[in-house]
Amino acid sequence: MRLFLILFALVAALFALSLTIGPARTGPLDSLAALFVGGDGPLPMVMREIRLPRALLAALVGGGLGMAGAALQGYLRNPLAEPGLIGVSGSAALGAVLALQAGLTATASLGLPLAALLGAVIGVFLVIGLAGARGGSLTLILAGIAISALASALTSLVLNLSPNPFAANDIVFWMMGSLADRSMTHFWLALPFVAVGGILLASTARGLDALTLGEDAAETLGLSLTRLRLLVVLGTAAIVGGATAVAGAIGFVGLVVPHILRPFVGAQPSRLLWASALGGAALLLIADISVRVILPDRDLKLGVVTALIGAPLFLHLIFKTRRELP
Amino acid sequence: MARRAAACISVSVRPSKLISLLAALVLSSAAAWADAPRRVVSLNLCTDQLAMLLAAPGQLKSVSYISRDKRASAMTAEAAHFPINHGGAEEIYLLNPDLVLAGTYSSRATVNMLRRLGIPVHIMAPALTLDAIPERISEIGRVLGRDATAAKIRAQFESDLAELRKIDGPRPRAAIYNANGWTPGENSLPGQILKTAGFTNVATQAGFAYGGEMPLELLIMAQPDLIVSAPAYDGHSRAEDILDHPALRALTGTATGESVADNTWICGTPHVLDAVRRLAKARRALLAKAD
Repeated sequence: MRLFLILFALVAALFALSLTIGPARTGPLDSLAALFVGGDGPLPMVMREIRLPRALLAALVGGGLGMAGAALQGYLRNPLAEPGLIGVSGSAALGAVLALQAGLTATASLGLPLAALLGAVIGVFLVIGLAGARGGSLTLILAGIAISALASALTSLVLNLSPNPFAANDIVFWMMGSLADRSMTHFWLALPFVAVGGILLASTARGLDALTLGEDAAETLGLSLTRLRLLVVLGTAAIVGGATAVAGAIGFVGLVVPHILRPFVGAQPSRLLWASALGGAALLLIADISVRVILPDRDLKLGVVTALIGAPLFLHLIFKTRRELP
Repeated sequence: MARRAAACISVSVRPSKLISLLAALVLSSAAAWADAPRRVVSLNLCTDQLAMLLAAPGQLKSVSYISRDKRASAMTAEAAHFPINHGGAEEIYLLNPDLVLAGTYSSRATVNMLRRLGIPVHIMAPALTLDAIPERISEIGRVLGRDATAAKIRAQFESDLAELRKIDGPRPRAAIYNANGWTPGENSLPGQILKTAGFTNVATQAGFAYGGEMPLELLIMAQPDLIVSAPAYDGHSRAEDILDHPALRALTGTATGESVADNTWICGTPHVLDAVRRLAKARRALLAKAD
């Protein structure tokens, strides 16, 4: 319980800090007052339409990705599983890009996250199908690399074929993710998908706990592995689809957060789910604050920061897992 | 030594030859035409358009493919009559040009390769002010040996511009806001066009002298009277999403959606005057509404 309070306080503080950072140099108190009370002039508009959606999206997307990482790791019983690394985010981005470029959807319609969701579902099924539900580390990572590479190549191809001269520059956005200049429309678009995905994953909590005893023991406890698998796949896909459709593919959040928090929850998957949701929100808020503090004039991508934190950890985990490999 | 020898020769020519030589000098355009390039190829959108305006029939052999893109080029109809090139050295060499026109930002590798192959390349700097446009017209006229045509177009441009500059009254605050939040400042052709049309540029006030990516927050805080954007391209790009942002559409008291297509102000050609006229009209509408 104490851990949850600490994490919640951290997210709340980072959320408030995120709201006070922006190129228009306004006092933090004035800014927050304008957000809640409104008032004359352009400041309430800036707070409500530009900074608020950015902070909300950072918390939502980060929280979703953290939880999805924890669920995947629990289900595959593999600390290397993460939506970005195993190609789910990349497949979701491909779905979103296809929908946008084919003109199936305007920027802010439901078709966009639905297409990303579909991409994510295909991505998860391919990876889990290729690696097998028992999730050998090596096959999982290899399958993930293959799916990621294919999805990113196809995304680049689609964007290069676009008649829009700016589309090719969007490749970086779809691969690295950014929350710059997103609006409340994007938040409302992503929210139902991430929320439904979160509920699906939350319902797997007991199953994931049982799975720590091994598949056979879990089944004797009355756990349906097929059902659990379906819930994890759909939950992850809904979260990653909704998040990627509006923020691009942001990697490593689902890897770093469960890894850091696992010792604090006694390695219990059900508790790790919720802790990772809060931790993911905090991590992405930190990342989004740092991109604005480090390079205020440029749109530094979120994936750059999360990869700088996550990649060394990933190497460390590979090194650790190597001992278990034949 | 050489010069003195030449003088001796010219004195020793027969009077009839001397007369024809003088006649040729008087008809300076004809003399220029005598050694003017006959097979000109242009690699750059801006030299394309000036060359199409100025070249003699049959003199211009190819223009760049961009000049047929109606988003970027103000002269797509004219460009349809010329074969297009994509600016590769091999492709250009095979056209056997005796003059290549390129821009400052044309590929260095291509330009150097063509020069090594013995083809003269004329590089034109982009026009960053309206006053540089007459100079560019004369410059291309000179290298094409079409000084007379250039002088005529130049005079027309200068008198039209002088007419458009007769503006008085208040100067509303405007911003040109494009994909990625790109905003041209005072020292750019679009910035100069905005100024000539009677506006104060918000970007200059925000510290973007040459232009840059102005954060949406700063634009909202500046509360301009008018926002000018180019119409969105086909397909989709996140870069253009910013022009659809609710905060931009909700700017109170601001006229948004005034669109001036890129093709009128990418290049310093007489077509920039269309952009000036269009913005001047928007300004009159704005002032009439304020009254």
